[in-house]
Amino acid sequence: MASTNDPFQFQEFEEAGNLLEANRDATTISIEDDDLPDRQRKAAGFTPDDEDPLASDDKTELLSGQKNSAPFWSFEYYQRFFDIETHHVKERIIGSMLPWPGKNFIHVHLRRNPDLYGPFWICTTLVFALAISGNFSNFLVKLGKPNHKYSPQFGKVTIAATAIFSYAWFVPLALWGCLLWRNNKIMNLVSYSFMEIVCVYGYSLAIYIPAVVLWIIPFEWLRWCSIVVALCLSGSVLVMTFWPAVREDHPKVIAAIMSAIVLLNVLLAVGCKAYFFSKPEAALTPEHPAALELTKA
Amino acid sequence: MAVSADEASRPFAGLSDVSISEDIPVEGDISVPMGTSSSNRQRGEDEFSTLDEPVKETILRDLRAVGSKFIHVLYPKRSTALLRDWDLWGPLLLCVTLALLLQGGAADSDDHGGPQFAEVFVIVWFGSIIITLNSKLLGGTISFFQSLCVLGYCIMPLTAAMAVCRIVLVGGSGTVSFIVRLVVVTASFGWSTFASTAFLADSQPPGRKALVVYPVFLFYFVIGWMVLTFSPSQ
Repeated sequence: MASTNDPFQFQEFEEAGNLLEANRDATTISIEDDDLPDRQRKAAGFTPDDEDPLASDDKTELLSGQKNSAPFWSFEYYQRFFDIETHHVKERIIGSMLPWPGKNFIHVHLRRNPDLYGPFWICTTLVFALAISGNFSNFLVKLGKPNHKYSPQFGKVTIAATAIFSYAWFVPLALWGCLLWRNNKIMNLVSYSFMEIVCVYGYSLAIYIPAVVLWIIPFEWLRWCSIVVALCLSGSVLVMTFWPAVREDHPKVIAAIMSAIVLLNVLLAVGCKAYFFSKPEAALTPEHPAALELTKA
Repeated sequence: MAVSADEASRPFAGLSDVSISEDIPVEGDISVPMGTSSSNRQRGEDEFSTLDEPVKETILRDLRAVGSKFIHVLYPKRSTALLRDWDLWGPLLLCVTLALLLQGGAADSDDHGGPQFAEVFVIVWFGSIIITLNSKLLGGTISFFQSLCVLGYCIMPLTAAMAVCRIVLVGGSGTVSFIVRLVVVTASFGWSTFASTAFLADSQPPGRKALVVYPVFLFYFVIGWMVLTFSPSQ
């Protein structure tokens, strides 16, 4: 469309913008709402900013708050994801634990500055919290048994690390790919970068740390209560965050993506509970055959 | 003089062709770099040559340096000695001692046991490397090996606690021994965290100290858990 017009006819572009608005369903066009004026200015070609391309680059860089110069193998590239202060991390953790209707976690808390500090250390803390409190609860369950010998079960740290880190990295990767694919098919106004999705997933795991510590107490009803509360909180944060990104899509696709997000979350929580925390009844059952054999003999 | 000035502009020309040096009169003292014995000794006193001292003295000097750093960990008074001349001998020694003391537990009988030698080694070294990278990424001014050195030396209270735990476990593994071990490990965990943060926290921007201290806390907590849950095989 722009190729047919003379680039110096500025007034044509108001019309072109209107045409774009009307033609929204066309599959080949993908324009985000915030870079539309920028494109118009670039197409017009004689705005005062364009006299010095470096200055305008600087300005856009400062305005967007992002440095896009460092390559991914350099140290500076990763320093970008650790550019946070203590109070930011506190706000983000609290924001991931208390979902507020209509508040999008990415828009309210991340503000185009996703960090990796929170996701990494929340995952690491959760790994050790799972292994240590699971071991501790086993110890409490078997405390009274005379023939029980305590073992630290250190191998569970490895299993917990595999489970948590693969959830926190591969699920965002799959979700990012899926959103990218849907964005090509149907234009969504909201699109998230991979780091933002990783960040949301990492912070959404923060609620599980107190829940896992609570699972030490060997009451099944308390464990299930804390699982349900943690699932509701983290699940609603995830759903509310990704809702705007798929809102324009077919209802079937929305249902599929949202249920996959929630289902994987449930699977992680229930799987961890079932694997790392043995039920008191389950701990009793292996004792019975031995006791029976003892009485027979 | 004009010829010598020309020679000076090509400093190594004379080395390749000996015949040139016969033509040009040599002036001045050209034997300075090799030096006489007196000037050599003078330089040796400045740079502390270790070539002609006994091996015993060399080893003892290094051990003394390691020992003085242990004392710095025991009395963490914000001295910069641990940061200025870092070494990794002390951390290696402590890590190997800790891993050896953690052997021979219930771990060897079944596969659901305690940490193996390699696991302790990996946790200590990769843990300190990740903490160091974290503090560098957050904008710390401390160098990579300085931070590794501090984190490694500050394991010392926990290694000492491990030795105490082994002695206590010889006496028996009842409730009293568990309480004694819990107290010892908690105290040494606090000590380790306090000592390492005394050295590391100053290198950080003020708004990010908690972000650097938290991983250190987690690191020593995990090592403390390994020490506390050690149970020997009967």
